[in-house]
Amino acid sequence: MSLDTIKVGALESEAIHIFREVVSQFEKPVLLFSGGKDSITLVRLAQKAFYPAKIPFPLMHIDTGHNFPETIEFRDRLAKELGVELIVRNVQDNIDSGKVKEETGRYASRNMLQTETLLDAIEEFGFDACIGGARRDEEKARAKERIFSVRDDFGQWDEKNQRPELFDMLNGKIDLGQNVRVFPISNWTELDVWSYIEAEEIEIPSIYFAHKRKIFVRDGMIWSAEDDVVYRDEEEVVEERMVRFRTVGDMSCTAAVLSDAITIDKVVAEIRESTISERGARIDDKRSEAAMEKRKQQGYF
Amino acid sequence: MNVLKIATAGSVDDGKSTLIGRILYDTKSLTTDKLEAIETRSKANGFDYLDFSLATDGLVAEREQGITIDVAHIYFSTAKKSYIIADTPGHVEYTRNMVTGASTSQASMILVDARNGVIEQTYRHFFINNLLRIKDIVVAVNKMDLVDFSEEKFNAIKAEFEKMVANSDYKDQNITFIPVSALKGDNVVSESENTPWYSGRTILEHLESLDAKDVFEKGQARFPVQTVIRPKTEEYHDYRGYAGKLYGGSLSVGDDVTVLPSTTKSKVKSIHFFDKEFKKAKKGSSISITLENDVNVSRGDMLVKTGEEPKITKELTATICWMDKDPLQASSKYFIKHGVNDVQAKIISLSTIMKPDFSGEIENPTQLTLNEIGDVNLKLSKPLFVDSYKNNKSNGAFILINPKTNTTSGVGFIK
Repeated sequence: MSLDTIKVGALESEAIHIFREVVSQFEKPVLLFSGGKDSITLVRLAQKAFYPAKIPFPLMHIDTGHNFPETIEFRDRLAKELGVELIVRNVQDNIDSGKVKEETGRYASRNMLQTETLLDAIEEFGFDACIGGARRDEEKARAKERIFSVRDDFGQWDEKNQRPELFDMLNGKIDLGQNVRVFPISNWTELDVWSYIEAEEIEIPSIYFAHKRKIFVRDGMIWSAEDDVVYRDEEEVVEERMVRFRTVGDMSCTAAVLSDAITIDKVVAEIRESTISERGARIDDKRSEAAMEKRKQQGYF
Repeated sequence: MNVLKIATAGSVDDGKSTLIGRILYDTKSLTTDKLEAIETRSKANGFDYLDFSLATDGLVAEREQGITIDVAHIYFSTAKKSYIIADTPGHVEYTRNMVTGASTSQASMILVDARNGVIEQTYRHFFINNLLRIKDIVVAVNKMDLVDFSEEKFNAIKAEFEKMVANSDYKDQNITFIPVSALKGDNVVSESENTPWYSGRTILEHLESLDAKDVFEKGQARFPVQTVIRPKTEEYHDYRGYAGKLYGGSLSVGDDVTVLPSTTKSKVKSIHFFDKEFKKAKKGSSISITLENDVNVSRGDMLVKTGEEPKITKELTATICWMDKDPLQASSKYFIKHGVNDVQAKIISLSTIMKPDFSGEIENPTQLTLNEIGDVNLKLSKPLFVDSYKNNKSNGAFILINPKTNTTSGVGFIK
């Protein structure tokens, strides 16, 4: 049975176009999958781009070892359902071998350590294109990011020397040793992603919805106290509250928000009303005003 | 939801970033944490007002120099529309960024400093908007507070601008003049009490009234094949889906189509989007198509409606905007990317180049350097299927790639 007329929305159409360019222009692409809503959205868009064929590249997760257990369970199930290869590389391995040193103390986070593991994995598998869910509306430095962003051997981003991107023509020509970071949902906003998840009825990990959790408050931000991952002073009091997570990163740098939104429509309504930006709940960006730009130059996603 | 992309352009101190910051502030698009950051920095810089330019200037180098140096994308939405602003710098040396930002925009905002009027930069910006066939241009005459909101001043600038427009061959372009003070907020989002002589819309009111459709894609249907989908499963044993984005017009099941470059004739058998089938697809849609007979189609081929074929050619004449430090010279070779098609190109000759002040053209130049615009003749290693940029935006543009550095060196608009 054929339906009448299709007019694909501009953002969705653009993302699908980008995915199809990636498989045509690169030999070994990979989708960087964190289990967060943005990478879950990417997976749906990739499905749409190649249907009825399977997604023609693997998913890769750089696991800090500090991920929410709900996310990990979700990740494994999704990859299985899609019949797509899932590659997992652990930050813990680099810590154990002494290759990187873990931060300690109050604001310790493994977020920075992901970069080293990611670069190792790119080299191990010879990936020439890494697809990620970063969006330009997230952060000032990301607002300048290209859709095809060329990185050198060290994963470095040379923000002053980026290729111009005209119309929707994507130049994926690179030298040996270089690779490209690809951002198909560059032009989506947080609200666009949530609205898409709602409209497409895409399943997301339970921690995105309001749930009861043991938490403590520090610097006006709400931290999970359920696991031992987040360092807590003795005087920081643990209480139980209804919270949800707006982004799902490493537990040590992802704060929760108070919320009663137990369904997707309520989450979307909350995002619409919110006066705090998404990354306002990311402690890693608060370290300094140029935190993200500095991390990106060093190969962070 | 409709998305309207707007390119902004202006000189270093026109107050472009301030204007955007003001729009964000007045539409309540700045979140509390971003506002706090702006307040902190404004105070640290010793300002007694909020420096909204801080809302958009992203890179460390920019914050140090207090100028914008690359294309930044800014997002906000109203109840009516989503907006993407490509904030492009206005320095002489950054023409390439302006062209880049404008290439994906449906509307453009040109800032003019009310004290200085139309200057060389204004010519440049208008020329680029004209070259790229930007349908709607908003001329924001800014810093009206510094000329006592003078109606005479505003009208003089308008008359000067219109003199420049008189020479344009693009008569469908809509140009709207608005007197504003970005710093104080006059006529940006809310009406100003300081301009009783102005009865037109504010900037935001005007943007809200624009049609977010891409007006350039009224051209004929062009379907460049990006990749061929072959699932090779039991259920889809013989499935060959041609995946791509439909530029211009529409395609329906049963349409007679011609495959280029082979000129093989076929018919559209089915149109797919994800797990559903459709009778018809409209322009702008990333879809998959299957054809009636077993024809040979691969990446770079193009499906068009039979009788609506574009020009098939191994020679191009195009206006090129140069974006590379290495100049373009006769006999140099490049890769051309036209849609999803890659061929090699050799520069045969340069016929004209725009004068640096955009007051006219110079004949027979020897080269095009960074940020220069000129008319160039090229020879191709394989034929391309092209339209003129005026008739079909997406099938009338290409990029040139430097084979030594792989960088995108320039963009061409086919004559």
